Amino acid sequence: MRSSADSLVRIEPAQAHQRFTVALVGPPNSGKSTLFNRLTGLRQKVANYPGVTVEHRLGQMQLVRGTQVDLIDLPGVYSLDPRSEDEQVTHDVLTGRREGTPKPDAVLLILDATNLGRHLMLAAPVLSLGLPTLVVLNMADELQNRSGEVDVAAVARRLGTPVVLASAAKDQGMEAIREFLHGEFAVPVAPELPMVDDVPKCRAWAARVSRGAYRAPDPPLWSRRLDGVFLHPFLGPLVFAFVVVAVFQAIFTGAEPLMNGVDSLISASGKWISTHLPASPLRDLLVEGVWAGVGSVLVFLPQILLLFLFIGFLEDSGYLARAAVIADRTMARAGLQGKSFIPLLSAYACAVPAIMAARTIENKRDRIATILIAPFMTCSARFPVYALVIAAFIPERQLLGPFLGTRTAALLGLYVLGFLAAFVTARLLKSSILKSSRAPFVMEMPPYRWPTWQSLAFRLLDRAKVFLRRAGTVILAGSIGLWILAHVPAKDGVAPPIAESLAGAAGRTVEPLIQPLGFNWKIGIGLITSLAAREVLVATLGTIYGIEGDENSAGLQAALQRDLTPGGAVALLVFFAFAMQCISTIAVVRRETGGWKWPAIQFGYMTGLAYVCAWAANRIVSAFI
Amino acid sequence: MQLNGKYASLADLRRGEQATIRSLVLPESDSRRLMELGFLPGGAVRAGRSAPGGDPRVFEVDGSEVALRRETAALIEIER
Repeated sequence: MRSSADSLVRIEPAQAHQRFTVALVGPPNSGKSTLFNRLTGLRQKVANYPGVTVEHRLGQMQLVRGTQVDLIDLPGVYSLDPRSEDEQVTHDVLTGRREGTPKPDAVLLILDATNLGRHLMLAAPVLSLGLPTLVVLNMADELQNRSGEVDVAAVARRLGTPVVLASAAKDQGMEAIREFLHGEFAVPVAPELPMVDDVPKCRAWAARVSRGAYRAPDPPLWSRRLDGVFLHPFLGPLVFAFVVVAVFQAIFTGAEPLMNGVDSLISASGKWISTHLPASPLRDLLVEGVWAGVGSVLVFLPQILLLFLFIGFLEDSGYLARAAVIADRTMARAGLQGKSFIPLLSAYACAVPAIMAARTIENKRDRIATILIAPFMTCSARFPVYALVIAAFIPERQLLGPFLGTRTAALLGLYVLGFLAAFVTARLLKSSILKSSRAPFVMEMPPYRWPTWQSLAFRLLDRAKVFLRRAGTVILAGSIGLWILAHVPAKDGVAPPIAESLAGAAGRTVEPLIQPLGFNWKIGIGLITSLAAREVLVATLGTIYGIEGDENSAGLQAALQRDLTPGGAVALLVFFAFAMQCISTIAVVRRETGGWKWPAIQFGYMTGLAYVCAWAANRIVSAFI
Repeated sequence: MQLNGKYASLADLRRGEQATIRSLVLPESDSRRLMELGFLPGGAVRAGRSAPGGDPRVFEVDGSEVALRRETAALIEIER
C-alpha cells in the first residue's frame, strides 16, 4: 500500500477514521479478562452470541491518531478444536464464520508466562489461521517472582510473530500492546507448525519453541502452603464451612446498614414527591406504584453486590476451584459434579447469573440439571417475602441463647428447605431423564492470586447494571400495570374499591384455586403479579392494602395478620420456597437451553411442587394451631 | 472401560508419589481434554492433595495442577 507516494497521500486522511476488530484468545486462567479490562476500561459491554449460550465481552480502545479498535474477549479455550460451545464460538469468530461478528483483523493471543510450555500449544492452531497475531506472555511479574525467565526475542523468532511480556494485573507491557495495534499488521510466518489436532505433537512443538528460551518458574510455594490448609483433610472442610457461613452472614447481616440506607433514601424521596407534587392520579401512581414497587426491589441492590463481591473474590483468588474439589463428593451424591457448586452458590444471590455460570459445566446433561435446580436455591428476591411473613407471624424468641432466635431459625429453615428440594430434584433428574455416563470432572487449580480491585469492581458494575436494568423494566412495568389495574374501571371518575377493580377481579378468579392453600383473593393478586418477580408480592400487598411508604412497616404486617391464618402464612412461605415466580429466570433458562421445553418443564414442576407442599403445610399447621 | 490390571493407574498414587503416564484409556474427546491439560503419555505426574477421603485428587502435571475424580484417574495408566 505504501509503495507509491500517491497511495500514501490517500491513506493519511483515512487513518483518522481507521477501525479494527481485534480478538482476544487464550486458555482459561491466562488473565485474559484482566487484560481486556485494562485495555478497554469502561468502554465495554457483555453480549451474548445469538443462538448459543456463550457470552462475550465487547470493548473499544481509542488509540492516538484516531484509530479505533473494537476488542472481542473470546471465551477461554485450550484448543480451537470445536468440541465445546466455547471452542466452537472461538473457532467461528476467528474464521469469520460467526454471523454478526466481523472477522477479526488481528488476534491477541494471551498465554500464561508461568506455564509457557503447555500454553504455547494454543499458539499452533491460532497461528495457522494466518491472522496477524501478537502473542502476549501475561503474568510476567509472577514469572519473575518465581525466578523464571523467557527470551522473548527467541520465542518471537521461532513463532514468526511478535511477542511481548506483560502483566495485566500490574499494568506492565500495555504500551507494547498498543504499539502493536497501531502498527502495520503482518501475517505471521512461522517456520513450522504441527498438525493442530494431534495433542502430543502440538506439545512437542511447543517444547521446541521454548527450548533454551524459557526457564520455567519455581513451583508456587505459597499456593502449596495455602493448599496445605484449604485441602487439608480436616481443616479444609472446616474452612469450607466457614466460608459458606460467612457468605450467608454477609447476606443476612452485613448488607443491612446499606439496605437501610437505600430504604430510607427511597422513602424520603417518595415522601418528598407526595408533599411537593399536587394531588393527582399521576402522583399516586408515582408514589404507590413506582416508588413502592420499584423501591421495594432496589433495597436489595447492596445485598446482591456484596454477595457478588464475595463470589468474585473467591473466584479470582483461586479458592473457588478448591471449594469445588471439596464439594464434589456431596454434589456426586446428588448426581452432579463439583463444577455445579459454583453456579449453585451464586444462585443464593440470584438464579439468573447462576444459570449463566452453569456454562462452565461441559457435560450437557449435568449443565441442564444444574440449571433446573438453581431456582430452588433461596435467591435474594425471596428474602423480602420471607422477612415480611416471618416478622408478621413468628414472635421473636431465643432458641440458643442470643445466637439463634426463632425468626433466624425460620429463615434458615427456609434456606435448608430450598436446598433439600434442589438436592432431591437433582437426584430424580440424574437418575431418570438426565442420566448420563459421568463425564470426567477435570478442574484446573490456578495458583492463589490476590484479586485486583479493578477486576472486582468490573464484576460489581456488571451486576449492578443487570440488576438496575431489571428494576427499570420488568419491575417498573409490573408496578405501573398493577397500580392501573387496581384503579379501573373507574365509576363516576372515582377509582373502584380494589375488590371491584380489574386486579381484584383477577384475584377473585384465582381465589377458588388457592383457597385450599389458605390464601384469599388479595394474596391471589400478589401471586399473579409475583410471577414477574417474587419480590413484587411485597410491593403488591403494599399497594393493595393502601399503605403508603415503607412496605415493611408494621401496618403491612398487621394487615397480613388479619388476612392470613398461621397455616396460610406457612403455606405462603413454602409456596415461595418452591414456585418459579420469575420472568427473568424463565427467559434465561429458555436462552441457555435453546428452547421452551426446559423452562416449561421447570415451571410446571416447581409450581406443582409448590402447590402440593403449600397445601400440605396449610393442612398440617391448621390442624395443630 | 476398564484397565486390564497389568499397569497401575493414577488412582493408585498416594500423595507425593511420582510416576510416568503410560496411556489414557478414555473416550477420545475426554482423553484429548486431559492431554490438553497436560496428561500426556510419557509425561511425569505427581499426586498432590485431595478432598477428604482422597477423592477428587489434585495432580501436578506439566507445570499446572489439575483435580481429577478417582474414577477418571483410574483410567490413566502409569509406570512408576
